Amino acid sequence: MTTYLIKGASIVGAEPTDLLIRDGVVAAVGRDAAAPGAEVIDADGLIALPGLVDLHTHLREPGREDAETVMSGSRAAALGGYTAVCAMANTDPVADTAGVVEQVWRLGQAAGLVDVRPVGAVTVGLAGERLAELGAMATSAAAVRIFSDDGHCVSDPRLMRRALEYVKAFDGVIAQHAEEPRLTVGAQLHEGELSGRLGLAGWPAVAEEAIIARDALLAGHVGSRLHICHVSTAGSVEIIRGAKRAGIRITAEVTPHHLLLTDARAESYDPVFKVNPPLRTDTDVAALRAGLAEGVIDAVATDHAPHAVEDKECEWQYARPGMLGLETALSIVMSTKSLSWDGIAERMSRVPARIAGLDGHGRDPAPGVPANLTLVDPAATWVVEPAELASLSRNTPYAGMELPGRVMATFLAGRPTVLDGKATK
Amino acid sequence: MTNLEQSPDRGGITGHLLSAADLDAAAATQVLDTAAELAALSDRSVKKLPTLRGRTVVNLFYEDSTRTRISFEAAAKRLSADVINFSVKGSSVSKGESLKDTALTLQAMGADAVVIRHAASGAPHRLARWVDGSVVNAGDGTHEHPTQALLDAYTMRSRLGRLSGLTVAIVGDVLHSRVARSNALLLNTLGADVTLVGPPTLLPVGVDSWPVKTSYDLDAVLPTVDVVMALRVQRERMEDSFFPSAREYARRYGLDAARLRKLPEHAIVMHPGPMNRGMEIAPDVADSPRSTIVEQVANGVSVRMAVLYLLLGGQV
Repeated sequence: MTTYLIKGASIVGAEPTDLLIRDGVVAAVGRDAAAPGAEVIDADGLIALPGLVDLHTHLREPGREDAETVMSGSRAAALGGYTAVCAMANTDPVADTAGVVEQVWRLGQAAGLVDVRPVGAVTVGLAGERLAELGAMATSAAAVRIFSDDGHCVSDPRLMRRALEYVKAFDGVIAQHAEEPRLTVGAQLHEGELSGRLGLAGWPAVAEEAIIARDALLAGHVGSRLHICHVSTAGSVEIIRGAKRAGIRITAEVTPHHLLLTDARAESYDPVFKVNPPLRTDTDVAALRAGLAEGVIDAVATDHAPHAVEDKECEWQYARPGMLGLETALSIVMSTKSLSWDGIAERMSRVPARIAGLDGHGRDPAPGVPANLTLVDPAATWVVEPAELASLSRNTPYAGMELPGRVMATFLAGRPTVLDGKATK
Repeated sequence: MTNLEQSPDRGGITGHLLSAADLDAAAATQVLDTAAELAALSDRSVKKLPTLRGRTVVNLFYEDSTRTRISFEAAAKRLSADVINFSVKGSSVSKGESLKDTALTLQAMGADAVVIRHAASGAPHRLARWVDGSVVNAGDGTHEHPTQALLDAYTMRSRLGRLSGLTVAIVGDVLHSRVARSNALLLNTLGADVTLVGPPTLLPVGVDSWPVKTSYDLDAVLPTVDVVMALRVQRERMEDSFFPSAREYARRYGLDAARLRKLPEHAIVMHPGPMNRGMEIAPDVADSPRSTIVEQVANGVSVRMAVLYLLLGGQV
């Protein structure tokens, strides 16, 4: 295993220093760190961050290998500075058994570019009717800790209560896609002035907020952990703030696109801007940014959702919802200027690693810590070219935008997955 | 291509007609004036003009709408265009060819204009990205139907002599109505005052930012209007609890003889068709002399001739 000497990196914005990476761990930190034969990486001007951790990734394998595979999604993740991703369960077949989650986990191991941690489905087939074998998934090789029917809300309150209770036995967490389905029948776009004008069925903020409020109360009642996926409204931020004050064990994530874009993008009817939950308003964007900076929202998660061209190059209402996110997330968060380097490390690495129970991730580079880290050039900018992204799909909403920050290198357990801004495999 | 298309900053009717908002007052007035001239011509024994000879107009219909398709077909044929009717059964992506592939096919066939009716809002906007010819929106989902608004404006102007300063009430299922959206935009552009009337469930969220007034009370609005336009209300809406029953809807928002008497004497009654007689409009109202419903159909051909003429043929 090659030993690396990273010279002149600023660890989470601190004074530049050197890092020695050997045998999968950070062996030494400091200007005197050295080892004979080490490969030197010039990190002058670069920021070293703990490897990013994504709580919400769609890798599409098994089932839609035309849109993304574990390999291609892993490459996109590494290029985005990630060392761990939680792969959502809405594959085909659904990841609702130990067999499927183990398959995804093994594909991740074989790809070797990022720790792929499968999320298990809460209910069989995501149908919202009966619990999947959560315990079997938890004790499988994939050691599942996060369970989610993402894409669907666990809308039955009794089933949700049971799920919250049941996963306590293995320190699991239910990640809820908060969407009251009866309020979003046929919904296409944030319900507001624009949905009315464009003649697209509205997705009202209350459909998200009502479920978050209900589930926070349920989690409090049964003393369980609850995680809220892709929070998108100002009202949701307020509800989560209140729940945390009340001592409820609730965590929440926000996507980069909800931190930057608004429903105004839908004016073109270009479905690349169609996503679930939908893009909201300026007020929501401001509240989400503030909630993230304050810590009411615990983490940034990409909701990386690759879709084949034919599922996006069509009429808005027939298009699938979702956007690519892994390769652009860090740059988008940087562009919002809402977080310091420490804030970025906290919201994109340390806290999501804790929520997912990933002990080897989310730790600042220091002697003895597993070498999961990424080196970012804060001065570099880049223009998003959909065809140049590592994802098999092209549905980025940022095409043509010039973004700040470039991931120059990523290390997973001491091995480079990205060097000189290129994936190592 | 018209001169106007080469200099879009000059206003006028340019490129595509996707939304009533594409037309400023000058452009809309140009369409109405052109329609009037073309209507006069169609009173002649030979109704055909050679203007669009050798040009191809495709009627691309993803929804059954015999009325609208025939109207566009008659309009194009009277201008001597070659007309291709292309009906696509079933509107879901799971069936048949994608809109993009159809667009590329039409492009390869050299369509100069594509008239599209589609169940999905915004489909004409998508189509316009994939074809070079002019795209005319003949109704997209619950979004817009700009030529319907033009023919309605034309009808109001020919009956009442003007549009500026008219008070127009549009009554019914505004939420799901492409006719209401296009009319609200166009009539506002042309200086009329629009009031949208319906139960709160059928007025869109955000309607307060539209350039219109709104009311839940039809009877309060009627005495002050020059035009009342009833929108088609689909009975299925009851199943979604937008209103309790057809009878209650008719009682609160239907145009019946008693309500007709509340209108000023000169006021006219309009309906885009097809009507649910006895629901949003009573038969005796639909057939009364104040009703312009049959005229609207005739005017539709003239207005669509004007649109195709201006988009494809040039200026008057």
